[in-house]
Amino acid sequence: MALKFQTPKSGLARREALEGYLFILPWILGFLMFRFGPMLYSLFLSFTDYAARGAPQLIGFENYVYMFTKDPRFLDSIRSTFAFVVGYLPLNLSIGLAIALLMNQRVRGIFVFRSIYYLPAVTSGVAVAILWQFVFHKQWGILNAILMVFGVEPIGWLVDPKWVMVAFVIMSIWGVGGSMIIYLAGLQSIPTELYESAAIDGANRVRQLWHITLPMLTPTIFFVLITGLIGAFQIFESAYVMTGGGPQYATYFFGLNIYFTAFQSLRFAYASTLAWMLFAIIAALTIFVFGTSRRWVFYAGAREDV
Amino acid sequence: MTTGAQILTKSSAVPAVRAAGLRVSRRQVVQASVTYALLVAGSVFLMVPFFWMLSTSLKTLAEVQTWPIVWIPSQFIWENYPAVFQKTPFGRYILNSLTIASGGIIGTLIGSSLAGFGFARLRFPGRNVLFFINLTTLMLPAWVVIVPHFMMFSYVGWLDTYLPFIVPAFFGNAYHIFLFRQWFLGIPRELEDAARIDGCSTPRIYAQIFMPLSKPVIATVAIFAFFYYWNDLIYPLVYLQSQMKFPVSLGLRMFQTAHMGVVDMPKMMAASMMALLPCVLLFFFAQRLFVQGVVITGVEK
Repeated sequence: MALKFQTPKSGLARREALEGYLFILPWILGFLMFRFGPMLYSLFLSFTDYAARGAPQLIGFENYVYMFTKDPRFLDSIRSTFAFVVGYLPLNLSIGLAIALLMNQRVRGIFVFRSIYYLPAVTSGVAVAILWQFVFHKQWGILNAILMVFGVEPIGWLVDPKWVMVAFVIMSIWGVGGSMIIYLAGLQSIPTELYESAAIDGANRVRQLWHITLPMLTPTIFFVLITGLIGAFQIFESAYVMTGGGPQYATYFFGLNIYFTAFQSLRFAYASTLAWMLFAIIAALTIFVFGTSRRWVFYAGAREDV
Repeated sequence: MTTGAQILTKSSAVPAVRAAGLRVSRRQVVQASVTYALLVAGSVFLMVPFFWMLSTSLKTLAEVQTWPIVWIPSQFIWENYPAVFQKTPFGRYILNSLTIASGGIIGTLIGSSLAGFGFARLRFPGRNVLFFINLTTLMLPAWVVIVPHFMMFSYVGWLDTYLPFIVPAFFGNAYHIFLFRQWFLGIPRELEDAARIDGCSTPRIYAQIFMPLSKPVIATVAIFAFFYYWNDLIYPLVYLQSQMKFPVSLGLRMFQTAHMGVVDMPKMMAASMMALLPCVLLFFFAQRLFVQGVVITGVEK
C-alpha cells in the first residue's frame, strides 16, 4: 500500500504541516542537541579512553571488559541499586495502593489526610535528606528514640551496612503519597455502575475489590510500576547527602558511581560506560514489563486516540 | 481534567455505603473507626519527621545532644534562623535559586507550550512517531547525557553560569510538552475554526486563544518546574564552581560539611526548614493544580 501520509495533498494541509514543524522545531533541535546527540556521543565515549583532557582514544570494548571483570565498584553499585529497587518498589506499589483504597472511602475529613500523605512526596532534595540523616542518627536520632520505647537497642542506621538499605527504603516509603495520589485518580475513574451491578449480583466487598477494582486499576498499577522502576534505579541525592555511598559501599548506587567516576576521578569515558550500562538495565526492565503488560493490564474499551 | 480538581476536595462514594442509604449500621461505624485509626497512624509516621525538624531548629545544641530526647525545646531559640544568614550566604543562595528557577520556568513554559500546541493541534507527517520519541526520552537517565552536556557547556564557556540551566529549558521538556498537549487536546475545535474563518493566523491562535485558555496547565507546569529547579542538586553540583553562585540545594549541602560541621544540628535544621518552606507553601496554595498535573499523567497512560 502506498504511504498515503507522505505528501499532504492540498495547499492548506501543506501549510498546516509546515506550521506544525515550525511549532515543534525548538523541541526537535533540543532533542538533537541535548538528548540524541549527547546519547550517541556518550555511547562513543564508552568505547574510548578519555579522562577530560586530550582527545578520546578508541579502545574497543576495554571499558566494558574492565567493568564486568575487574571493577569492584561496579559490583557494589549493581548490588546496592538492585537491593534498593527490590526493597522499595513492591512496598511502594502495595502501600500506595492500600492507602489509596483507604482514602477512597467516604469518611469525613479525608481531604486533610490526603494533604498530609501527599506532602512528603512533594518535598524532596537536600533538605529532606539532611532531615532524614538526623532522624536516623544513632545517638540523637528520633527513630532510635522511638524504637527504644519498644526495647530496641540503638541501631546505626546509616553506619551499619546491614541496616543502611532498610533506612533508605524507610525514607523512600515516606514519599509513598506520590503513588497514592495516582492510584486515587485511577480509583476515581472506575465507573460506579460496575460496583452497583456487582452489589445487585450479591458480590461482597472483597469480591468487588478482587474482580472490579484491581482489574480496572491495572493500567494505573502499570504506570506506577514503570515510573517507579525508572526513578528508583536513578536514586542519587539522598545517598549523596546522607552516606556518600557508604558504609563500605553499601549505598554506592549507580548514580553515585557514575557521578564520582565522572566528576571526581574525571574518568569521562568509563563513566559513560557505566551510564550506558544503567540505561541498558532500565531499558531492558522497562521493555520486559511492557512485554508482560499484555497478560495482566486490562484496558477497558481500549482505544488509541490522539 | 475535572477528576484532578476533585481528588483533594471530594471523596468518591463507595457504592456499598451509598446503597445502605442513610442508615448507619454498626458495621459501618466499626469500619470508619478502623479507617481513621489506620490513617491517623500513617499520618503520625509522615508528620513526625517534619515536627522533629521544626523542634530541632529551635533547640540549643546542648538540647539536641541529650538523652532521652527532648520533643519540645525548653526554650525556643529563634536566633537559629537569622544565624544561618550570618554564618552562610544563605540569602544569596535563595536569590540564586530564584534566578535559576525563574529562567527555567519561563523557558520551559515557552518551549513546552509551543511543542505541545504543535503536537496537539497541527497535523503533519510523522507527528505520532515524534511524539512517541518525546515520551521515550522520559526514560533516558540524566546520567547518560551528563558527561557530554558537561563537555558541551565547558566548550562554549558556560560552566559556572546559569545558562546550562536556563537555555535548554527553552527547547521544551518532554513531560511538560506532554502536559500541554493533553490540555490543548481538550480545547474545542470550534474555537479554532471560528478564529481561522476570521482570518486568524496559527501563531495568533496559539498566543491569543489557546494560551489565555490554558492558565491551569501553565500554573501546573510552572509549579512542577519550580520544584524541579529548587530541589535539583545534580546539575548545580556538576556545572557550578563558585560558592556565591550556588543555589539553596547546593548551599545546604556545602554547610552540611564545611561551615557548621555535622554537629550544629539546630542551625542545619533551621536552614533546611527555610529550604523546604517555599515548597510546602506552594503545595498548600496550589494543591489542586499539583494533583491535576499528576492525574493527567496517571490517567492518560
